[in-house]
Amino acid sequence: MSNMILLGTRKGTVILDRTNSTWRPRPIEHAGIPICYAARDPRDGTLWASQDHGHWGPKLSRSRDGGATWEDVLSLKYPKGARYIVKVLPTPDFDPLAPAGQPEYADATVFKIWHLAFGTAAQPGRLYVGTIPGGLFVSDDGGDNWALNRPLWDHESRGGDLFAGDATSENRWFGTPASIDYGVFEPGIHSIVIDPRNPEHIHVAVSSAGVLETTDGGRTWAGRNRGMLNDYMPNPEAEWGHDPHFVTGCAGQPDHLWQQNHCGVFYSDDGAKSWRKVSQPDVGVHFGFPVAVDAQDGRTAWVVPAQSDMARMAIDGGLCVARTTDGGQSWQTFRKGLPQENAYDIVLRHGLDVAGDRLCFGSSTGNVYLSEDRGETWQCLGNNYPPVYSVRFG
Amino acid sequence: MPGQQLSASVFGAVWLNQMPTVKMTPHLFRFFPTLQNRAIQVQAGSVAEVLRAVNDIAPGFTDYVLDENGALRRHVNLSVNDTLVIDRKNLSDQVTDDGTVYIFQALSGG
Repeated sequence: MSNMILLGTRKGTVILDRTNSTWRPRPIEHAGIPICYAARDPRDGTLWASQDHGHWGPKLSRSRDGGATWEDVLSLKYPKGARYIVKVLPTPDFDPLAPAGQPEYADATVFKIWHLAFGTAAQPGRLYVGTIPGGLFVSDDGGDNWALNRPLWDHESRGGDLFAGDATSENRWFGTPASIDYGVFEPGIHSIVIDPRNPEHIHVAVSSAGVLETTDGGRTWAGRNRGMLNDYMPNPEAEWGHDPHFVTGCAGQPDHLWQQNHCGVFYSDDGAKSWRKVSQPDVGVHFGFPVAVDAQDGRTAWVVPAQSDMARMAIDGGLCVARTTDGGQSWQTFRKGLPQENAYDIVLRHGLDVAGDRLCFGSSTGNVYLSEDRGETWQCLGNNYPPVYSVRFG
Repeated sequence: MPGQQLSASVFGAVWLNQMPTVKMTPHLFRFFPTLQNRAIQVQAGSVAEVLRAVNDIAPGFTDYVLDENGALRRHVNLSVNDTLVIDRKNLSDQVTDDGTVYIFQALSGG
């Protein structure tokens, strides 16, 4: 089991090490800089942090000496000619019956580096990142150089190849509220799932569009949203416009995928060819952001339930973690060691992780909890961290 | 490098090799310590050219103040003397030999 936890927080990167059965945080790294995601590459031990500078633009940071020193990686940029169709937030004077206007185009720039994923052991140096505004970037040299995945960027569901000219289809990707901080309402890729059996097989999840899959290494992409239900749209079964909060897969059984969605918890045991809703509202399992799946058993998953989209906080003032071992047919909630009154925490989409029997989550109110027994009992690793955006075992 | 005073005239001091000065928020010294504790003077030209010259001194500098399209980042302000630049997209505003470029954060919160 891992003896390192990386926290991406609003005020920097916190690394906790387990020594003599005790978890101790190191002094904060990237002090004062929001870190929206931090993780360790299991292939070579490189540590990565995604800096979400308020002023100076998003930047990856990399440490190749276990966190002793870090360097900024400045090479992640949209290529010249990358454009997107601007999504405009409906304003009070928006007239839904008015004839559609001409699309407005913008030159792409990276607003946020939201997620980082590592290639398989057979692909040393292969990295992926997902961004706002909805670009997937690939590196084959450990992050020194990056290339935009054009087939996904040019997908017909986004308007087609805007490098070549104006839109040839309608842009069906919605924006994510997570982009509002940057003054835009654009989509973002926050989940990248690589099939350990076949690195050409990748799923990505987009807020707010849905899940897409490639089986040919990113040359073609197709939506994988069958079975998803979208209860905030006129047509809940519309192909696009879904709001996955996070999608993850089982390393040992890669056809088992889990999705904590705005509209509930969804599970697929056929590689996202179809999804089924496995929420259980009577025990609180429905709304939330993160989901984690066991590395061996694809039917076993954990979520941190929240009240609802209108009240994004712990349910009735008490934190709990829910686990299923039967593919979501039933859920058990665990509360031992977690606060059961006056708790208003929300755990964000990258704020929960599992490694063997250990789980860890951190909340936007700066509380971090660890379980050594598959989520059944919990210990607090600190109450005074900055707001936690991501938790990953190293 | 500061200009060298040549002589006095009826118009006041005459300076040789006078060049625009660039001043910036100390926040940027965290990422570019080479720019700290020194006068930054570069060739006159457009703001874009001035920033490229600073980037020659401190490689990577423009990645912090400009986006990949060369536009000023949303929460960065840049002024020539007392005037905020008008052209944030192409940075075509001109900086004269006696001008000072200021780079600072656009405050966006309390």
